[in-house]
Amino acid sequence: MAAPLSAVTLSVDIRKRLSAFELRIQHEFAPGFTVVFGPSGAGKSTLLDCIAGLAKPDAGRIALGTSLFFDATQNISLPPQKRQIGYLFQSLALFPHLSVIENISYGLNAIPEEERRQRLDQVLQAFHIEKLGERKPAELSGGEKQRVALARSLVTQPRVLLLDEPLTGLDAGLRRAILEDQRAWNAERRIPILYVTHNRDEVDAIGEQLITMESGRLGKSGAPRSVLDAPQTVALAQAAGFENLLEARVQAIRQADGVMRVVLQDGGTELEVPLGSAQPGDRVKLAIRAGDILLAVEEPRGLSARNVVKGSVESIEARGALEVLRVKAGATFLVHVTPGALRSLQLEVGKPVWLVVKTHSCHLVTPQ
Amino acid sequence: MSMEAFILSLRLAVTVSVMLLIVSLPLAYWLAFTRWRGKFLLESVVALPLVLPPTVLGFYALIAMGPQGVLGKLWSAMFGRPLAFTFAGLVIASLFYSLPFAVQPLVASFESLDRRLLDASAILGASRLRSFLRIALPLAWPGVITALILSFAHTLGEFGVVLMVGGNLPGITRTISIDIYDRTQALDYAGAHQTALLLLCVSFVVLSIVYGINRRVWSPWPHR
Repeated sequence: MAAPLSAVTLSVDIRKRLSAFELRIQHEFAPGFTVVFGPSGAGKSTLLDCIAGLAKPDAGRIALGTSLFFDATQNISLPPQKRQIGYLFQSLALFPHLSVIENISYGLNAIPEEERRQRLDQVLQAFHIEKLGERKPAELSGGEKQRVALARSLVTQPRVLLLDEPLTGLDAGLRRAILEDQRAWNAERRIPILYVTHNRDEVDAIGEQLITMESGRLGKSGAPRSVLDAPQTVALAQAAGFENLLEARVQAIRQADGVMRVVLQDGGTELEVPLGSAQPGDRVKLAIRAGDILLAVEEPRGLSARNVVKGSVESIEARGALEVLRVKAGATFLVHVTPGALRSLQLEVGKPVWLVVKTHSCHLVTPQ
Repeated sequence: MSMEAFILSLRLAVTVSVMLLIVSLPLAYWLAFTRWRGKFLLESVVALPLVLPPTVLGFYALIAMGPQGVLGKLWSAMFGRPLAFTFAGLVIASLFYSLPFAVQPLVASFESLDRRLLDASAILGASRLRSFLRIALPLAWPGVITALILSFAHTLGEFGVVLMVGGNLPGITRTISIDIYDRTQALDYAGAHQTALLLLCVSFVVLSIVYGINRRVWSPWPHR
């Protein structure tokens, strides 16, 4: 086996004109997972295509450590074949006419027979697909296909791994298992891994460095929780699973308390929210998670939460282990409760309820 | 019935369809994937034989291959022989005549390929040639078969072009359809009938074999 590659950083500084916006990315991707999270159409796949050499930026530079992939000023653009990259497409792109073994060893044809067999055995074991060898992709289950595709990308020992929502459509358990295999594989070969997704569940399953992307730009980076719990734009809030997006107008600002009061466009409900850069009279958008809203059947007192709003239950819908309530309280709020809470509070359509929302559960987002 | 004419036609059809495949594969691959804006011009040139009367095509082919024509001059400079009214001349004219029947099915099947498969191949380090041979060609196989069959069948039955550039030299340019024409002109209906029937049967058997072994080949019949 080849010696583990030393950890190198992927440095990207590119611009590319797309139909709706300009892709402008400047970032150093360190070894290990970086989740690039953003709504569909944010330019995530184009970014990966540029790194892989399948698309050409208009300007800029892409380098992995000291090896240059692309440099507009020097007119350098390494073809994909020469970049030694692993790239897992959303569609996986397994070759339908080749068996699992043939698919996985496709990228190994330049390697001596003995080493090829060694690497093949190793990767088959690591991804638990030894038994699939002779099968064609059409005879594999969804999870098996993903494992085979991942194995095919990794067996060539790429210097960068690009993953474009490869685990979408798998159940959480399977996703976690595949990610564990992937993590174990990467432990000894520290390479930058870009994991692109618009799926909140996948982010939670990976749980490492995260960076948001929208309209061709990278945004906040940090731990997934800290970034996704405070989305900055409507599209990101939607992608991050904020069910309530409400139009509001700023009424008053209380600088000393770090809060401001806003009036919801629908129904004139007043809420206290964290201070933003807005001025009185400005229109803003609020994002509130349905799971961050508490329900009370009597008027609650003595709470630290600053927002208590009276309303009535409009509809109740069971969604798996969740009950989704629509509550009319001026505006309509979506609220998640457990089936148990639904029973013990005897919640039903038409029943008056009080919504309790903490100030810091209300997130100001910029419409975009 | 003229066995000589029949064998000549088969020889012509096999030569032309094999040569056409070799020419059409790269051409079709390029047409399917190029982003060149002027590609419609080339597409039009390839499709011309579909709309032109064979006599028009044959007429220009004859002029080009004549002693004063570009092809004719080049040929006699290279081989010291004239090109018109020879088997080689017939092959060259037929290549143009049957070109769309080879190129179009190939372009269609290359275009229907999932591009991501070719991207994946490149990412895995394969050269463009290797991607073509290992991925594009095997997956476009039904298109290759269709191209072969259509150009074979089309060349086997051609008449107008042959008459224009080949004339009617037994064993050299006298193909089966010319033979049938001649016999009909000479009121040898029995002879014409025998030859026509043989052509009909051979065509039927060839198509049956192809459709029988490969249902995915282009056919006027709905897929089952």
